[in-house]
Amino acid sequence: MSDRQLSVAPSVAHEIGADGLVFSLSGDWTIAFGSTLEASAASLAAPFGAPDRTRQAILDLSAVDRMDTAGAWIIDRGRTLLEQAGVRAAYRAARPEYALLIKEARYKPDEIPRPKPPSHTKALLSAVGESVYVSGHDVAEGVSFLGEIVAMTFRLLLRPTQWRWTSMTYHLEKYSIRSVPIIALINFLVGAIVTQQGIFQLTRFGAGPYAVNMVGILGLRELGLLMTAIMVAGRTGSAITAEIGSMNMREEIDALRVMALDPLEVLIMPRLVALVIALPVLTLLADMAELGGGLVVSWVYGGMTPVVYITRLHNAIVSQTFLSGLIKAPFMAAIIGVIASIEGMNVRGSAESLGQRTTASVVKSIFMVIVMDGLFAMFFAAVDF
Amino acid sequence: MNEVPAISGRREAVIRVRELKVGFGDRLVLDGLSLDLYRGEVLGFVGASGSGKSVLTRTILGLLHKRSGTIEVFGHDLDKLTAQERLLVGERWGVLFQEGALFSSLTVRQNIQAPMREHLKLSQMFMDGLAAQKLDLVGLPQDAANKFPSELSGGMTKRAALARAIALDPDIVFLDEPTSGLDPISAGEFDDLIATLQRTLGLTVFMVTHDLDSLFAICDRVAVLGHGKVIAVGKIDELLLSDDPWLKAYFHGKRGVVRAGAREASAARHSAGGKA
Repeated sequence: MSDRQLSVAPSVAHEIGADGLVFSLSGDWTIAFGSTLEASAASLAAPFGAPDRTRQAILDLSAVDRMDTAGAWIIDRGRTLLEQAGVRAAYRAARPEYALLIKEARYKPDEIPRPKPPSHTKALLSAVGESVYVSGHDVAEGVSFLGEIVAMTFRLLLRPTQWRWTSMTYHLEKYSIRSVPIIALINFLVGAIVTQQGIFQLTRFGAGPYAVNMVGILGLRELGLLMTAIMVAGRTGSAITAEIGSMNMREEIDALRVMALDPLEVLIMPRLVALVIALPVLTLLADMAELGGGLVVSWVYGGMTPVVYITRLHNAIVSQTFLSGLIKAPFMAAIIGVIASIEGMNVRGSAESLGQRTTASVVKSIFMVIVMDGLFAMFFAAVDF
Repeated sequence: MNEVPAISGRREAVIRVRELKVGFGDRLVLDGLSLDLYRGEVLGFVGASGSGKSVLTRTILGLLHKRSGTIEVFGHDLDKLTAQERLLVGERWGVLFQEGALFSSLTVRQNIQAPMREHLKLSQMFMDGLAAQKLDLVGLPQDAANKFPSELSGGMTKRAALARAIALDPDIVFLDEPTSGLDPISAGEFDDLIATLQRTLGLTVFMVTHDLDSLFAICDRVAVLGHGKVIAVGKIDELLLSDDPWLKAYFHGKRGVVRAGAREASAARHSAGGKA
């Protein structure tokens, strides 16, 4: 800017006068000069050592064009350092407004130091200890939260009028209908990829057509649900954490509590139930999309007509195949919802905390979805389902 | 109380707004607003809630888009600035947002140092010193430096936000309701603080406020916003004599009368402070 270009860098000249060493300060002592400002101020202390016979100094401010609080601070710091070195230092010829500025913005040596970080070993040990403690705490918190939700479910079952239909319907729309396109698309693609790989690999053994069995069983039992649950954890779980978390940050949750409303009932239950309804529905859709992807690839790439594909599929799968995937869906939805809600309630004041909790929500949800899927696989194998 | 520095015989407008139109949808909030902010003055800006005070502030700061009109800052049309010049303007104004708008993941010290760190190259020692000085200037204890914004009370948040706003010793400070939510003593101290900074630094202050005491104590001029325009601007004494019904209700309403006594005492205190 034009008037910035007219400014003169701060500088210090010194000479030995009748009443000691005289520093003549000139130019603009403003923060815009940054490091130049610091360097000029540092030169205040420089000449001492050799000609310090007088142990007296005068800081002549008559040639200072402009000064701001940063300039005042650094000049006053220079003077204080001189005093600490045993030199009597005083100001001369300061303009009244600058004298006032130096008085208001003066250097104060008693600044509180920033907290010292602990040593690396200590920090490492405490971080390990903390994460172990936090994991244990997470489990306990999750179980107690689950308990609260079960209790709340029974309470609401006894008094269904308290049930928040509007809220639940609203969330159900957001979680289910609005995620249909993406869920259908990714599952169609996964079905297509699995079938393509199946045909490609199995043809070597002359078993190309069995790719249909693979996509049917794998898709319905595992992939449809897994892909959907992971997508929902990323899409809906993160949204729940962010919503509840930012409400927590802005004291909206506290506002609910003082109105004698339970955030669990008002905020979490409608979301949780909407999710528990949405995920099985989406899984059903995902299964269809997956089989559709398989159909297209086996027709275009494998040269199998749709009629043959459907017949082979019909022979390959039974209703159990389909149900064993679908049964898992509500459990996955519940775990995603519970984790998302807990993380949301744990958001503290800062934006950083919101980000951390949202990340944690998605990571934990996806992890738990996969762990649960493994447990279900073992269970179904054991009961021969 | 404070003389506006006479620059080449006339007062220099650091902000010049002409025929500004800003609207949302089919509603025009500011309809041909014109306003000058002179160097070294404290301009109080009042108006009914929802009349567009914040919209004007945000438009000048470039946070909202205008439909038409010009905004000149330091004599430069904001629309014609290059990115580099825009950055320099950013160094020369400080803003105290209504809610403080402190960065929640940084400590108070880091908040104050954020503009220094971004715009200038300073040593950590200097920045720590300046942060401590700014805390001192706004009347915060030094141990607030290591606190996070979520650990501060409302008044402390305002002070910390002001400390950040003046971190680069800006020429213009925008204050959006600086004293709202403060107790009368803190609000008075805040006024004193702004008056001192204005006197010593030659600060230009654009203050949106509903605090009548602030208007009487430290504002050189007061501008009144109504119907999307500045309906009156002038010294507070002139506005007090106005016949405009809204102005009458504003200054002579119940709360205005109650504060009449306090206002004189406050003004006396400030003029005494000004001579010291």
